Amino acid sequence: MNLFRTTTFQLTILYALVLALSSIAVAAFLYWSTIGYLNRQTDSTIDVEITGLREQYRLVGLQGLSRVIGERIRNADDPQAVYLFADKSLRPLAGNIPAWPDLVNRADGWYSFSHTIDDKQVRARARVLALPEGLFLLVGRNISDLDKLLRLVGTALGWGVGLVIALSLVGGIFMSNRVLKRIENINQTTRRIITGDMTQRVLTRGTGDEFDRLADILNRMLDQIEHLMGGIQHVGDNIAHDLRTPLTRLRHSLEEALISGDADQTRQGLQVAIDNADQLLATFSALLRIARIESGGYVMRKEPVSLNRLVSDAIELYEVLAEERRIQVTSDLHESSDIDGDRDLIFQLITNLIDNALKYTPRGGEVHVATTTSDGSTLLTISDSGCGIAENEREKVTQRFYRVDTSRNESSSGLGLSLVQAIVNCHDAELSLADNSPGLSVSVEFAAT
Amino acid sequence: MRILVIEDDLTLAAYVRKGLDELGYAVDLAADGKQGLFLATSESYDAIIVDRMLPGLDGLTVVKTLRATNTLVPVLFLSALGEVGDRVQGLESGGDDYLTKPFAFSELKARLDALIRRSTTSDAAVTELSVEDLKMDLLGRIVSRRGELINLQPREFRLLEYLMRHAGQVVTRTMLLEHVWDYHFDPQTNVIDVHISRLRSKIDKAFDKALLETVRGAGYRLG
Repeated sequence: MNLFRTTTFQLTILYALVLALSSIAVAAFLYWSTIGYLNRQTDSTIDVEITGLREQYRLVGLQGLSRVIGERIRNADDPQAVYLFADKSLRPLAGNIPAWPDLVNRADGWYSFSHTIDDKQVRARARVLALPEGLFLLVGRNISDLDKLLRLVGTALGWGVGLVIALSLVGGIFMSNRVLKRIENINQTTRRIITGDMTQRVLTRGTGDEFDRLADILNRMLDQIEHLMGGIQHVGDNIAHDLRTPLTRLRHSLEEALISGDADQTRQGLQVAIDNADQLLATFSALLRIARIESGGYVMRKEPVSLNRLVSDAIELYEVLAEERRIQVTSDLHESSDIDGDRDLIFQLITNLIDNALKYTPRGGEVHVATTTSDGSTLLTISDSGCGIAENEREKVTQRFYRVDTSRNESSSGLGLSLVQAIVNCHDAELSLADNSPGLSVSVEFAAT
Repeated sequence: MRILVIEDDLTLAAYVRKGLDELGYAVDLAADGKQGLFLATSESYDAIIVDRMLPGLDGLTVVKTLRATNTLVPVLFLSALGEVGDRVQGLESGGDDYLTKPFAFSELKARLDALIRRSTTSDAAVTELSVEDLKMDLLGRIVSRRGELINLQPREFRLLEYLMRHAGQVVTRTMLLEHVWDYHFDPQTNVIDVHISRLRSKIDKAFDKALLETVRGAGYRLG
């Protein structure tokens, strides 16, 4: 990957730039405040000097003053000190510089100038004191050393800024390389998964940082996908298994019909074949129906529907079946307001649940259907006194072709509850299975409209 | 009897034609909506079987156009789209019945018979139905066989009425669910069989001749 086109690198450059600008600002601030401080220091030294000399003048007069200055120059107490006495036409009388500087006039005040000492240009700062005798006294200090110091500070600060920029660039490249490497790790894993290896997972470092969390989320997503794929494969296997049985029987009966010479037997074989084919068609259309309802391809006709009415009709339809099996069907219908739904789909839901309840309830058992309305939501409960469903299997029973009875009861397609679940989902209702001890209690809660 | 079949699946069209031929119907085939509409308007048929999805002009449009020209011929839709919404769409466009693919020929035949019967007899004035010695008084809601009163539940009465109105024809389970119970759904078990056997025990058991017979792989037939 081109390093210069990565976001991390561009960010690094940006940060380096910001860092450089701010360090330049800090350096400039330091530089100017150092200058200010040093200048103030010089000025106050000169001030003190002048005050001292003025005091001398007041005490000992002009003679004493020139003696003090002469002594100071001779002793060279302070090599940076500058003194110059001059007459009213500014001709030098005494001092440690040869001439009155051009830039300085006779008015009292602060001056900066350059003069030559030992063939070297030296910068100086001075103040002029006008004496009553018409004489002028210049007191100052050479500030070349100060300039040197400032140059030194400036250079140091410049190097510092340069170093900061260089370090931030190097650090940025290093950091972006590190980040890129971790992204590349994710890319590689993803590529391997795309080529079909679903077992691959993104490596984590265990530090819990952002990349670890990203990797963690990706891994969880992959787990979920793998789980779903497993589910689809499971359904696929079940479809294959469930369709193979009737197909095999269909083939057998056709074969028998073909080889038997007897017309009656041929006829009978063909009848069985038709029955098997019908069963296959029914399974297929049930699957298609579930798929259409789940994918939203089904044109729902939602209208206010009386659940009590549908339950009564369903019970009336199934009562004969229940009587045949000596099962008592009772009902307790207290739904007080219509629900919003597709009449035929909800009827299908109710009959599937009643059908299941009858199927798994032994002779002499009981099936109870109840409807209630509370807080606007309507609850449909169908409970039986059958064998029930173990708690760990309750979630699986809505999967296609899942049968609690592993012996694969021939009379059930294994699709009944899947269809119920699909209908529940498209009505934004909720399906729950509970223990009726003994038996199973299935509830569907339709939300308030 | 002349039947027009508008169907673009030639295998299915040939299968339907062969079946109907054997039953003594004269069958015309049209492979697309345009040709079908042309035949339907220019010729006279006793019934039209039309596929919903056709190249060019679709089945719904064909039937809507037919109905707009006041053609009253009974129409049976064939379609792979079998949900209630699709059925209602088909019936609203002017179709008389709706059959979902794949279908058994017996189902097609039963529905076609019912359609043609419905269009040729007017049941407005009928107050009494009879099949051999079984009699039904629709006003008094009394059923008797050979003069002996038979006590029926309301739903059994409706079931028998439907069977008697289609006496001699095969009536499928789906037709019964739709017309007697008025619900479109797929029962997981053949609960209709139980209702039929109940009815049978009431109308046939005490008599030597059974009127209500089960037609294997298709449905039931009375008389």
